Amino acid sequence: MGAFAYNWNDYVLALPILLLTLFAIGILLIDLMIPPETKWVNAMTALIGVGFSTAGVLKIQFWMKTTPYAHIGFQAMMGTMIVDRFAVFFFYLFLAGTAISILMSVRYMQTEHENHGEYYALMLLSVVGMMCMASGMDIVLIFIGLELMAISTYVLVGFLRRDRRSNEAALKYILLGAFSSGIFAYGLSLLYGLTGTTNLVGINHEMGRILTQNPHHPVAIVALLATMTGLLFKVAAVPFHQWAPDAYEGAPTCVTGFMSVAVKAAGWAMLLRILLWGLYPMRSFWVPVLVFVSIATMTGANFAALTQTNTKRLLAYSSIAHVGYMLLGLIAGTKYELNPDGYKGILIYLLVYTFMNLGAFGVITSLRHRKVIGDELDDLNGLYERAPVEAVLMLLFLLSLAGIPPLAGFYGKYFIFLSLIESGHYALASLGVLYSVFGLYYYLKMANAMFMGQPEEEGRLPVSWSMRTALAIAAFATVFIGIMPERFIGITDWLLGITRNPSVAQLMH
Amino acid sequence: MYNHILSIILFTPLVGAIVLLFVPRENKEAIRWIANIFALGGFLISLPLIPWFWALRFEPGFKFIEGAAGNWIPSIGAGYLIGIDGISFLLILLTTLLGWISILSSWTAIENRVKEYYVWFLILQTGMLGVFMALDFFLFFVFWEAMLVPMYLLIGIWGGPRKLYAAIKFFLYTLAGSVLMLLGILFLYFHHHTLTGVYTFSLTALYDTAPKIYSDPAYGPTIATLLFFAFFFAFAIKVPMFPFHTWLPDAHVEAPTAGSVILAGVLLKMGTYGFIRFSLPFFPDVLTHTKVRGWMIALSIIAIIYGALVSLMQKDMKKLVAYSSVSHLGFCTLGIFALNSVGLSGSVLQQINHGISTGALFLIVGVLYERRHTREIAEYGGISNVMPVYATITMIMFLSSMGLPLLNGFVGEFTILQGTFMENWRWGAWAVPGVVLAAAYLLWLYQRVFFGTVTNPKNEKLQDLTPREVLMFVPLLIVAFWIGLYPKPFFQILEQPVNQLVQNVRTPQAGGAMNAELRQPSQSNTPVLQAASEAKVSSEDRPVTPSMKGNR
Repeated sequence: MGAFAYNWNDYVLALPILLLTLFAIGILLIDLMIPPETKWVNAMTALIGVGFSTAGVLKIQFWMKTTPYAHIGFQAMMGTMIVDRFAVFFFYLFLAGTAISILMSVRYMQTEHENHGEYYALMLLSVVGMMCMASGMDIVLIFIGLELMAISTYVLVGFLRRDRRSNEAALKYILLGAFSSGIFAYGLSLLYGLTGTTNLVGINHEMGRILTQNPHHPVAIVALLATMTGLLFKVAAVPFHQWAPDAYEGAPTCVTGFMSVAVKAAGWAMLLRILLWGLYPMRSFWVPVLVFVSIATMTGANFAALTQTNTKRLLAYSSIAHVGYMLLGLIAGTKYELNPDGYKGILIYLLVYTFMNLGAFGVITSLRHRKVIGDELDDLNGLYERAPVEAVLMLLFLLSLAGIPPLAGFYGKYFIFLSLIESGHYALASLGVLYSVFGLYYYLKMANAMFMGQPEEEGRLPVSWSMRTALAIAAFATVFIGIMPERFIGITDWLLGITRNPSVAQLMH
Repeated sequence: MYNHILSIILFTPLVGAIVLLFVPRENKEAIRWIANIFALGGFLISLPLIPWFWALRFEPGFKFIEGAAGNWIPSIGAGYLIGIDGISFLLILLTTLLGWISILSSWTAIENRVKEYYVWFLILQTGMLGVFMALDFFLFFVFWEAMLVPMYLLIGIWGGPRKLYAAIKFFLYTLAGSVLMLLGILFLYFHHHTLTGVYTFSLTALYDTAPKIYSDPAYGPTIATLLFFAFFFAFAIKVPMFPFHTWLPDAHVEAPTAGSVILAGVLLKMGTYGFIRFSLPFFPDVLTHTKVRGWMIALSIIAIIYGALVSLMQKDMKKLVAYSSVSHLGFCTLGIFALNSVGLSGSVLQQINHGISTGALFLIVGVLYERRHTREIAEYGGISNVMPVYATITMIMFLSSMGLPLLNGFVGEFTILQGTFMENWRWGAWAVPGVVLAAAYLLWLYQRVFFGTVTNPKNEKLQDLTPREVLMFVPLLIVAFWIGLYPKPFFQILEQPVNQLVQNVRTPQAGGAMNAELRQPSQSNTPVLQAASEAKVSSEDRPVTPSMKGNR
């Protein structure tokens, strides 16, 4: 924590965050000036903001490449923030998810007559929060980021003021979210009390020392459990998942998509940061908890999803189930020593999940027009007759979610199961793959409706250009990562600081 | 062309599917023509393979290898590596032939959503060919799973009244089996790494290390047996072997005719092919173990008898043929688990025969169904009076399916039974009634449908086969007679890979000596010392804990 003064580097490292904040405020101002019929300018501004922020991340990445020993990351803001490869990866992920979500939102918000500038401003602000969570090295910054993201999302969930479901969902989400934040803050405060520092690295050192003195330090365990409750709540793992189906169902569909990928990825970034950087010495306590939680998550979510008739709820449960698989990666990654394949699995999973899940929500979003809400399973009936391209893309997204090769989703599952086999968790691996068969069943229910059902309405489904762009990006990524995964596996290798499998390189030459 | 023949065969149907995407969907005639041209082209382009392969038929190892290990996804060691031996060569030709015939047979049968139908069908064709060609386990798994999607849609969209149920059941059953296989594959992959330090899915590399799991002190027979069963479920569901067969009648009955032809003719062969290509060389010690082998034989015999008995009781022609597949595939698995070269080559030949005969039987049922839209046996009678050409072709195909000498079925079943008798006469004795029952259900079916007078007035005006329909039976008839009259070339093609496989299975691996009493002295006269000596080296040098790659 050498220098107690800010310098120019701090601001460059925070550039993506600062730019997004500026654009969020800018949208609020511009929104006042433009006439109602040109509200698309807001979406445009938000997209430009995302673009600028991406440029900021690129700048940091370039800087990392040229600076020696930068793979550990740059510390910024007096050590509260660390911009390492991990953070950069998540920055890209958030920005990609946000860009696609913005494209998906334009038409939907018009149909709902709620196309206010605040919508995009809140979206960008929540990304600011996410970035703080991913790059935070200090529990105070992480908590502030979490709250910024959460509060923005609460409002976004309830953005359809005239819709009772939306209001109800927002209220539930706020109450449960605030409750979990309280428990999380309690856990963090205990950690601070125990270790006397808010810095994750400091906590790591102090915790190691405390545990060598007393391996079953009661306060440490309470702190761990309270912190984990907050973390697991944010990623929506069973038994802290109840908010997810309600919030996902009630929220505007484009917000649901945004929540299911960006907000979830942020939750994961925070979870990995705290558990691996801060609480790594306590892994013998949290790994068994995670085993329980992941089994409960896969079981609960897969069984609950089987009977859903609302597509948004169904996808909500499916996204909970995916959290269960990702937790398996964390378990495998932490058995004896750090096993990179487990983390690779989580990161690739998050990457492909961003595209395939957003794509699936995009198709559901496009079903909303005039009087049809479009989130019941029956609304998908005969979609192939009405919008063949969207139906085929939806099929791709669903199969990818189910993990059928050669689509992107397969590689997420592949690396998770790979790491489980590698670390000797055969039973967990078998359980996981069997639940993925469950998953296929409910995804096929949607595919059945689209391809084999009879349409209830005549005529082609109108799909806006922005939505088409969003779907095209998502579909391209889903297929391309599926067929040519090498580069994307390389990205996660880079992130984890692993070089390419040397033995294979030998084999090739 | 010579060097890339396999890739060309593999991707011709896919190119056809992509071309079809650009044809407007209202233009049904053009779509049909293009699909048929690509399907026929796919078949014709596989014909040059015959002389080329014939020249190499006694050479050891895989031929026409393309790609390299680990060239597709280097970081995990997965490669686009394809190649064939005698077994996959025959199955590939069967696939291209049946693919063409099924697409030809759909000309008038499919009236709605024509474009999609042909697109999915051609994609399915590529998927199936890929399964038979892949020499990389990862690639194999991708094709194995990807091929489920088009089949699911073919059943689900163009199927009969209970199509949704059948389609989902088909997909879930097969996926449930194959996910466990994925875990098995991953285990072998890591095991290979601990022995050699190389991460690869290349099949030939895994052939060297996988059999050593059995005698490896770190894993031992239990793990090896569990692994065998992880693969077993995937293949047994696909074949389908006895307790896992319930998806088959549903899928067959609901699928459109062409879908049934492909399902019976090619898809089921993936299961048996999986046993031959993976289970046999990977787990020789597990397979030669008395208990495991006893179970495999028992399940095969149950399938033969049970399938035949259930066929006897069917009122629906298509369901009858579907259950007869269970019985016939029982013969195929029996031949495989006889674990000698006679039984094994008989089994592969019988797989081809089954593809030809049962494919033809489904086409036969489809012809009647297209005219009358019912498959109830009771609806028919005296058809030979109104459709003489059809009745003749049907008779030949029924005889071929029940195993009459001079036709293909006889050669296959006879060789399988011969191989089984060489192992244990009781197994053979239990299986023989299957042949008799096959004659019973097929001839009884023929009698009820074709003989007598036309009792149902609706059947009086039935049109005999059109030239197109005759055309689709002609190649099947030619092959049926060819195999029946002169099977020698087929056995020659199978000779090298089958002997190689049997040698590997029969040669004691390290620690496999306790099964020595199972081995017939006549069969193990040609010991290959290589495998045993390799195994010895491995058990000493192996590190105890698996080494993790890389560090954080």
